[in-house]
Amino acid sequence: MSMKHAVLAGAVMLAASAVALAEPAGGTVSGKVTYEGTPARMKPIDMSKEPSCAKMYTTPPLVETVVTGSGNSLQDVVVYISAGIPDDPAPSNAAVFTQKGCRYIPHVLPFQVNQELKIVNEDQTSHNIHPLPKLNREWNKSQPPGTPPISEKYDKAEFIPVKCNVHPWMHGNFAVMKNSHYAITGDGGAFSLANLPPGKYTVTAWQESYGDQSQEVTISGSETKTVNFSFKAKPY
Amino acid sequence: MRRIQFMKIALNLLLVAALPMAAGAQQMEAHIGNVTGHAEAGKALYYRYCWGCHGARGNGDGENAPYLNILPRNFVAGTFKCRSTPTGTLPLDQDLYNSVERGFNFTNMPSWNALTVEERANLVAFIKTFSPRWKTEKAGDPIQIPAEPALTVGSIQHGKELFQKLECWKCHGNEGRGDGPSASTLTDNNDQPIRPYNFTSDNRSKCGTTNKDLYKIFMTGLDGTPMPSFADVIKPEDAWDLVHYLRTLQYNDKSPELTLWLSTKEGAAIVNAQKVANTNTGSGVNP
Repeated sequence: MSMKHAVLAGAVMLAASAVALAEPAGGTVSGKVTYEGTPARMKPIDMSKEPSCAKMYTTPPLVETVVTGSGNSLQDVVVYISAGIPDDPAPSNAAVFTQKGCRYIPHVLPFQVNQELKIVNEDQTSHNIHPLPKLNREWNKSQPPGTPPISEKYDKAEFIPVKCNVHPWMHGNFAVMKNSHYAITGDGGAFSLANLPPGKYTVTAWQESYGDQSQEVTISGSETKTVNFSFKAKPY
Repeated sequence: MRRIQFMKIALNLLLVAALPMAAGAQQMEAHIGNVTGHAEAGKALYYRYCWGCHGARGNGDGENAPYLNILPRNFVAGTFKCRSTPTGTLPLDQDLYNSVERGFNFTNMPSWNALTVEERANLVAFIKTFSPRWKTEKAGDPIQIPAEPALTVGSIQHGKELFQKLECWKCHGNEGRGDGPSASTLTDNNDQPIRPYNFTSDNRSKCGTTNKDLYKIFMTGLDGTPMPSFADVIKPEDAWDLVHYLRTLQYNDKSPELTLWLSTKEGAAIVNAQKVANTNTGSGVNP
């Protein structure tokens, strides 16, 4: 091997290790999701038809189609990298969707394509889990109390509304993601997408009632870029 | 000589051109027993008999659709109610054929038994061309149905317990009249109101009249409707007990199940009370 080649090989190895080192650090996109205007008033749920659930609440829980927090923040918004990054293989852990007190916990559950989805019934009543996909297979299964969790998978990325026909107020969402770069906003509406290798990305925020919004962002090195989203609230 | 050679080449070209068509045709077939249906032949039948409701593109938006209170099936979605395959899977050709032959009780879909077996098989083959699902997926494996055990009073009573425990009454009502507490809120995939089956109205349920048809309905679910699959929840031997009890709810049909149930004091009391509308039969929890 000539000197020139050795130097080249060394440079390639260095570059490779630099990439390998840089990847876990990577860049970050973080920000906050807010609303402007007046969101619809979330009504209390009448669970009187299901006494075993109604008795679990001192004050009736509210509908969760728009969940707001302090400083006009929006909760339960899925923020994800919709373009600019390759698809990821599914992680080995299962995403868990629990029926408790005749509600879905969490209300919006993000997980990856082909990741195991475990559905648990902790109530003393029968539920039927009826997700309504457009791209994936549609199924509808009964889950009486005390039965083992239902295990399922989805092979296409999609936002899927979920309902229980027995308890019509029960409504939730599955967010089936292509890659592992997603976050769901909590109380303050904040999100953070870390470990992004340098590149140009499309960041999308999805809210079940207000639809989605996208922004372009370019990440270099391990910088943190701020991307905020603001949805126009519909009063009705 | 030259002409013959030219003919040969032309013939070869024709054969090559025909090959991919033949491969494609394989997917466009339906197998009903010994009969093979062909989509090409079904097309003409579809555009004569079916498209008025199911639409030119098979998406259920035909000219008559707005006037129907259970919307015609959207074949593009590939979601079917009456199957012998698990929930979320494509039905067998035979399932689709049976639906065309039987029609759907309580809807505007008539029985097409005026058509020949071949014609109906051809229609099934053509219907399958509307949804992309048939190109990438195979029909589900049919559920295993054990032989029906002998009918006993015990099996009816056990079926009655299951009806309570699995909360069938939440939609179908304690007396099976289709008036349970959740009944009025039910909607199908098209967001159209849908009524749970009223057992007292008829002996014909949506997917057929036999005990085996009833078994299949709750073990596969009626996809696209609120009726879920109970396959993971009911053991096959228990499922037959539930079938036996469901038959006694159909009090207008003199089934062996109803006859046996009426011969017992408990059964006779329940069936007689059931015949009077809005009477609590005491058969379970009342909301």
